[in-house]
Amino acid sequence: MPSSPTRKFPAHLLVFLAPATAVYTLFMVYPLLDSLRLSFFAQNGASETFAGLQNYVTLLTDPLWAPRFWGALRNNFVFFAVHMLVQNPLGLLLAALLASGGRARSIYRTLLFMPTVLSVVIIGFIWQLILNPLWGIAEGLLKAVSLGALFQPWLGQQSTALVTLSLISVWQFVGIPMILFYTALISIPEELSEAAYVDGASGWDIFWRIKFPLLLPTVGIVTILTFVGNFNAFDLIFTIKGGLAGPEFASDIMGTLFYRTFFGFQLQLGNPTMGTTVATLMFLIILSGVLLYTYVWQRRVTTYEF
Amino acid sequence: MRKTTLLSLLIAGAIVLASCAPATTPTQAPQPTEAPVTLTIESWRNDDLTIWQDTIIPAFEAKNPNIHVVFAPTAPADYNAALNTKLAGGTVGDLITCRPFDASLALYQQGHLAALNDLPGLNNFGDVAKSAWITDDGANVFCVPMASVIHGFYYNADAFEKLGLKEPATLDEFYAVLEAIKKDGTYAPLGMGTADQWESATMGFQNIGPNFWKGEEGRQALIKGTAKLTDAPYVSTFAELARWKPYMPSGFEAIKYPDAQSLFTLGKAAIYPTGSWEISLFNSQAGFKMGVFPPPVAKPGDTCYISDHTDIALGMNAKTQHAAEARTFLEWMTTSEFAELYSNALPGFFTLSNAKITLKDPIANEFLSWRGTCQSTIRNSYQILSRGEPNLENELWRLSAGVINGTITPEQAGQEAQTGLEKWYKP
Repeated sequence: MPSSPTRKFPAHLLVFLAPATAVYTLFMVYPLLDSLRLSFFAQNGASETFAGLQNYVTLLTDPLWAPRFWGALRNNFVFFAVHMLVQNPLGLLLAALLASGGRARSIYRTLLFMPTVLSVVIIGFIWQLILNPLWGIAEGLLKAVSLGALFQPWLGQQSTALVTLSLISVWQFVGIPMILFYTALISIPEELSEAAYVDGASGWDIFWRIKFPLLLPTVGIVTILTFVGNFNAFDLIFTIKGGLAGPEFASDIMGTLFYRTFFGFQLQLGNPTMGTTVATLMFLIILSGVLLYTYVWQRRVTTYEF
Repeated sequence: MRKTTLLSLLIAGAIVLASCAPATTPTQAPQPTEAPVTLTIESWRNDDLTIWQDTIIPAFEAKNPNIHVVFAPTAPADYNAALNTKLAGGTVGDLITCRPFDASLALYQQGHLAALNDLPGLNNFGDVAKSAWITDDGANVFCVPMASVIHGFYYNADAFEKLGLKEPATLDEFYAVLEAIKKDGTYAPLGMGTADQWESATMGFQNIGPNFWKGEEGRQALIKGTAKLTDAPYVSTFAELARWKPYMPSGFEAIKYPDAQSLFTLGKAAIYPTGSWEISLFNSQAGFKMGVFPPPVAKPGDTCYISDHTDIALGMNAKTQHAAEARTFLEWMTTSEFAELYSNALPGFFTLSNAKITLKDPIANEFLSWRGTCQSTIRNSYQILSRGEPNLENELWRLSAGVINGTITPEQAGQEAQTGLEKWYKP
């Protein structure tokens, strides 16, 4: 078969690519670009006028907008930090325990993963009941071990609301890092740990020096999934604390700030142009996180194939 | 070629089937022109679903057999957002329940609500009643006023009797009563939480405030710019709220509205600051005798002011397919029949119509009697002052809750509210 230099363009490629491209463009790319466009406009009654970067300047510097934005951003980083410090190490620990065998492990695996598939509304409702100062069981449980004095209305206090909400979210989503770490762990060949064992390595050494380096790609994936999930989070906080994310905006994160700005809340009418400004900044924050992951982390970490 | 034939056969078949379909319907509905029209009502009053379904709608349908009405409520906190989304998407119902003032005014200005000036029944309502649903120049009315709610304090009459207490009329008496209940220890003196924030503003600030800022006088002064939220009446109102803290149930920072309601109806709280909208729920849930008293005044004999808030109205979707039927329903809502039916079915929602009605519920009658003894006003953040960002109403939620929680001082709260207002409001 002589290959001609001017080979005909493989038209069937278009046929295969077209449906996905069309759907993706219509439902993802176009709305994204349109909301980007809207963020450069200002609402003037029923019409919109071009305002350049004014919305961004207002959001980042105005004495009434800026504290809301920076507060939400700071809270979002706290929310993310709690997930990174609690959810992911806990997921790794559970995965290591599951991978170490035991007869009941498929039962535990299912039980630990279950909250992840429950509706956020149910999670919010259950935890509000558990922590409720009037009828919750949390206070009773603490009293039973003589720690009743430690009980506080955690969900209602300015100092504790955000961390409490983060921990509820950790409880719900711990199954995801667990299952990712677990699948990575069981794919590591037995021979590696057996060889190390023969060489005199302890279980602790085997985990940290042999298995953990092999888990690093998964650590990266879990981190980026947590990052994207946390900076898009909204539903749990809205379910429990409502649109004002109280008290004193102590539990306000980017998602609730966006909702309140875009759709309005109670007597506050929605402000679509300012709302899309918040949305665009959320997009940029998430984008920079993802870029950092792809260009810094993924290029340095070695992935092994067995 | 074979495929094309098959395709055209299929299309032909579909056309035949489609043309058959209408031919069969007339036999089922002999007069297609009088087939019932369905009107859908958008509302945030999901608590009232059964009352609309069992009482109000049947009474209307009995007279208008050709109109079928469906009451389709959303959760109160989601209503405005849900309604705006439905309006943008063109899926909104024929009749729209109107929030008072700016939220509905904006809907009218955007062309979502129809003007109702030529609705004859509107003559049954006074100017104050219509004030919440009228353009700023007073030219166009766009919703039929339905009801107002009156704020006050519920109390557990059995508990009061047991502890030998009587309804407090002044602030000193009020705190003496709270102190006595606290000393006894059986009941939480004030059954309220701050987790949802709005109770602190609506049932706290707007409930007791009118006595400090002298009702309409202070409310108008705020709009005219002759009074500021940093002035004594407003700071004193916040200071009163701060005094409530020791009498609230433990863990009140995380107690939500339904928790507080249950606390009272289970007989575990002695006094519950709220409004007349609770009557039906409390009547059905509380197993003890209840009473109500208006917000206490500073000195005996002072004029009392109550928040008699224009709360709810019904308007017509300007783009409805069934404008004539929707107007029939709205016209019926202006009659004394509806006023009496509604006010009795929903004790605590007092009709704004001039029609004389009789109320069967004793607590509703007690609330209504304050219209005679006290001066009425409405919540001061509702007219005009919640037009900008940040709007005063939402700020008051946050600040009132903060003041009760003890994280903001009354002076700070007044200052923050005024700063937020001045940012966009020029009297």
